[in-house]
Parts: sequence; structure tokens; C-alpha cells
Amino acid sequence: MTSLTSPAPAAPRPAPVDEPIEQGNSLWHDAWLRLRKNKLATFGLASLAVISLACLLGPLLSPYGYEEQNLDLGASAPSGAHWLGTDTLGRDLLVRLLFGGRISLAVGLAATFVALTIGVVYGAVAGFFGGKLDAVMMRAVDIMYSMPFPIFVILLMVLFGRNIILLFVAIGAVEWLTMARIVRGQVMSIKKMEFIEAARSLGLGRRRIIFRHILPNMLGPIIVYTTLTIPGVMLLEAFLSFLGLGVQPPMSSWGVLIKDGAEKMEEFPWLLIFPGTVFSLTLFSLNFLGDGLRDALDVRSSKD
Amino acid sequence: MLRFITSRFLQSLLALFLVITATFFMVRFVPGGPFTAEKAVTPEILRNLEAHYGLDKPLWRQYLDYLGSLARGDLGPSFKYPNRTVNEIIFDKVPVSAELGAISLAVALVLGIGLGTLAAIRRNTWVDYVASSFGMIGISIPTFVVGPLLVLLLAIHLGWFNASGWYGPADRVLPALVLGIAYAAPISRLTRGGLLEVLNQDFIRTARAKGASEFRVVTRHALRGGLLPVVSFLGPAVAGILTGSFVIETIFQIPGIGREFVNSAFNRDYTLVLGTVILYAVLIMALNLAVDIAQAWMNPKVRLES
Repeated sequence: MTSLTSPAPAAPRPAPVDEPIEQGNSLWHDAWLRLRKNKLATFGLASLAVISLACLLGPLLSPYGYEEQNLDLGASAPSGAHWLGTDTLGRDLLVRLLFGGRISLAVGLAATFVALTIGVVYGAVAGFFGGKLDAVMMRAVDIMYSMPFPIFVILLMVLFGRNIILLFVAIGAVEWLTMARIVRGQVMSIKKMEFIEAARSLGLGRRRIIFRHILPNMLGPIIVYTTLTIPGVMLLEAFLSFLGLGVQPPMSSWGVLIKDGAEKMEEFPWLLIFPGTVFSLTLFSLNFLGDGLRDALDVRSSKD
Repeated sequence: MLRFITSRFLQSLLALFLVITATFFMVRFVPGGPFTAEKAVTPEILRNLEAHYGLDKPLWRQYLDYLGSLARGDLGPSFKYPNRTVNEIIFDKVPVSAELGAISLAVALVLGIGLGTLAAIRRNTWVDYVASSFGMIGISIPTFVVGPLLVLLLAIHLGWFNASGWYGPADRVLPALVLGIAYAAPISRLTRGGLLEVLNQDFIRTARAKGASEFRVVTRHALRGGLLPVVSFLGPAVAGILTGSFVIETIFQIPGIGREFVNSAFNRDYTLVLGTVILYAVLIMALNLAVDIAQAWMNPKVRLES
């Protein structure tokens, strides 16, 4: 009996119109196309681009300096001259917000870079060599996981002065643990694959195998997790600054501005609302972008 | 199972010892003692003060003394509050923070698991979108932004609550809500993800085929497995609620241990800093241990490495 239900076998499935068939066969190009289809992730990427550009270039275009006081003016509500208003010393809030953004973003990136470096090297070594070394190294990570690290960061900042280098080293030193676990798991599974066997049989050295063959194959999870680490780091910085332990005046970061705003919100609510909104929007965008990248690069939630 | 618990317990003890040692020496190696801030202290008085608190002994001796009294449960005298011991201060402040933490955790669990479950069983409907957006927004807006904004709106403009203080039951609402929402957000996301994974499995189909009601399928069968990610998040969550209380206690002027810890660090009150760090470390490690055990108990698939 011939099949009655299936349609004529000859008709080929029409190729999707909006995607070129020949192009886009690389993993990264595919991921990019998938990412662009994710509206929230695209929104995140775009708003991050706008915020970063504004923070970089904005202060250059503004007629006000970031420490320029105008005590006669004092705190004024948003107006044509000062788009986001001024603080109690008459300083333009927009310029301070953009300058603060530079610090917040820089701390976010720098501390994430510290965490990334430690985590990848540690995880790769543990995963590649395996055995006893791996057991000891991962047990150490387990132990560190159970420690009250935010408290240590607070202690460090209080005891050793609030300097910004120490700030991102301290934060980075806290945030590498999960990265190390993820990288170790990846290395463990990749190193058993046949192409690594092949590379080894060709006589390649360990270093070359790690950097040329294993590392490129786990860029996906690393990129995703890095994107998701940045908001965590920025949050920790703002948390410390809010407690008065992070970035110190006259420097400012979003955390510092939010702290100042919260103290004066009763009379001058815009001092809280604008920094709070911009900071939240940035975290929001980073989280959406990270989530989108996770889907686009098809990274399973690899907690363990 | 017993072996697993013993090994985890020993691991926690080792970690605790490391925390105590690291904190002890970190605090001592800092320039400036607890009495440097006081004005016009003559060298003689300084010597007497140091002798009184045992600060004139060699460092290793101080360390051993501290460990010794710690073993007896004595955290020593406070440097900044004369005539008060660290134990007294902790017993004084902890109930406040514990109350705040307990209410916040309840808010987080009820709201988070509730919304996550709704989102999962009404997947891809507006219910799901609303609940999932709540999750993402809650993760991205920090407590120190939400807190002051809610105070501005509900306390200052509408006058429903006091802007700060810790007196009547109404004073519990805002702090617990702010802290609870922050953790309800990730919990709702984890619940949704965990449930979606479980709802596709065969045993759920079996339960449905037996004629179990949808309510029973979800509450009795799916949630047990679907909440596993939530359980493993609870350790860090409770730890976060504890440390998050630094900010909340600062914003709402709550006389709890979080605010005390930040103050003691500023004041270089060595013994009080050490005492609070140890308290937090013990709590966090005990919680992680409890979570590990709960996880192993809930899921036979979690391999018990020993």
C-alpha cells in the first residue's frame, strides 16, 4: 500500500528565504545570526554599545567638567542647561553619570579579566592533567566556594585602604571559581575526543594542544560565562561603593552616585533615579546579552 | 551516605579553620591598631590598654590564645565598646538580622517558587512572559536601587510606612520585601527551568495517565525533581540574604549584625570583626553542608563521592 498521508516525495523543502544558503556556515556566523534573531539580546547589545560610547565620548562633548561646581545653582532639577539636573554642589549630573560609568565599566571589565585569567588557567591545568593534581585543585575550589567571600572583600577594602586597583583584584579573585569549574569540565570532555588524540599522535606538544586545539573549542562557554560575570562584578563594585568602601570621591562610579542619590532622594529624587536607572539598564542588557549568547552558542547550563 | 556527610563535615571544618586564620592575620597585619584613632592617648595608657587586651604578647601567642578561647565559645571582649563582650553584642544583634532574614527568605521562596511554577505550567503564555520578565528585572535591579526607590515612593510620598527604623511589624514590610524580591527573581528562573525539564519526563506522563489531577502532578511529582536547582541555589541564596542585609540594614537603619559588621570593620574593632566573620562563616558553611545533604537525599542520581 502506498502511503496516503505523506505528500509527494519530490517536493524539496524550500530554503528559508531570509537566510543565504551558501554563506554562514561557520559556527560563529551561525551564532551571530541566531543572536540577532533574539530581540532582547539585540536590545542588550545595542544599549550597551550606546551606553559605552556615551561614557567614552560624552564627557568630551559636554560643556561642563565633571568636578565643575556651581554653588550658586546648587541642586537643580533637570532643565535645558543641565539635562539630568545638578547635584547639591551644582555639578552637572549627566557628566558625572558618564564619568562614573567609565569607572564602573572599567572595574567591571578589569575585574572580569582578572577572574577570567585565573579561572581559565586554573581550570585548564586541573582538567588537562587530571588525576591527583586535579583532585587537590578542585577540592581547594570546593573549600573556597564555601567561604564568605563578599565579607573578605569588605574586610580587604576596609583594612588596606580603598584603592581601585585593590578593588578589582579583590573582586576578580573572588569571581574566578565558577570559571575554573566550567573550564575544567570542558577540558575534561574535549581532551578525550579523537582530534586531540590525532594531534597527540602527530607529536604536538602539550602547550600547542592546549592553546591551539582545546582552548578554541571551549570559547563558547567562556564567552557566555564572561558576559554573565561582568554584571556580577559591577554589582559587587556598586555594592561596596554604596557601603562607602569602593571608589572614593572625588572619583565617582555608579555605585557612589546611587549612594549619594539615596542620601538626598527626599528633596532631589533625580539624583537617585537617573543613576539607578542607567546602572540597572546596563546590568539588564548584560544579563540579556549573556542569556542570548548562551542560546546562540548552544551552551548548556554547565554548572558542574 | 554517612561517609559522605563525614567527609563534607571535615572539609567544612578545614575551611572554617582557614577562614579564622586568614582573618586573624589579615586584621593584625593592618597598619593602625584599634586605639590609634583615639586622641591624646599617652604611651603609658596605650601600653596598659594593649596589656589589658593581650596585644603586647607575640603574635603567635595571641593567635593560640584566641583559638583556645574560641574553642570554649568565647569570642573575647570588644575593643570599642568598653565592658561588653563580642558574645553579648552578637546575641544582641543577631535576632534582629535573623528575623529580617527569615521573613525575606519566606518572601523569596513563596514568590519565587510560585511565579516559577506558574511560568512553567503556562509556558509561552502571557503569564509566563510576565513572570519571566519579573525574574530578569529582579536580577538586574540591585537592592540598593530598589530599596531607596521603594522608600521614596511608599514611605515618603504615600506615607504608608516609616522610611527607616525597626519598631513595629510594619517596619518589617519594606526591608523584607526588598531583600526577598532580590532572591525571588533567580529562584523563579531556576524553578521554571527545573520544572520544564521534569515535566517532559516519562514519570510525569505516567502520573497523568493514572488520572492524577494536574495540581497533584505538579505539586507531588514534578516539583520534587524540579526544585533541585532551587535547593542547590539555597546555600548561596541564604548566604546572599545574610550579606545582603549589610545594605538593607544600612538603608533602613536596622540595628542588626550586618550594620554592626561594617561599623566594626571601620572602627578596627578586631575582636568584633573576627567574631562576626566567624559567625558568618559558620552559618554559610553549615548551610552549604545542609544543602549538599538535602540534594543527595532528594536526588538519587547525585553521585555521592567520598
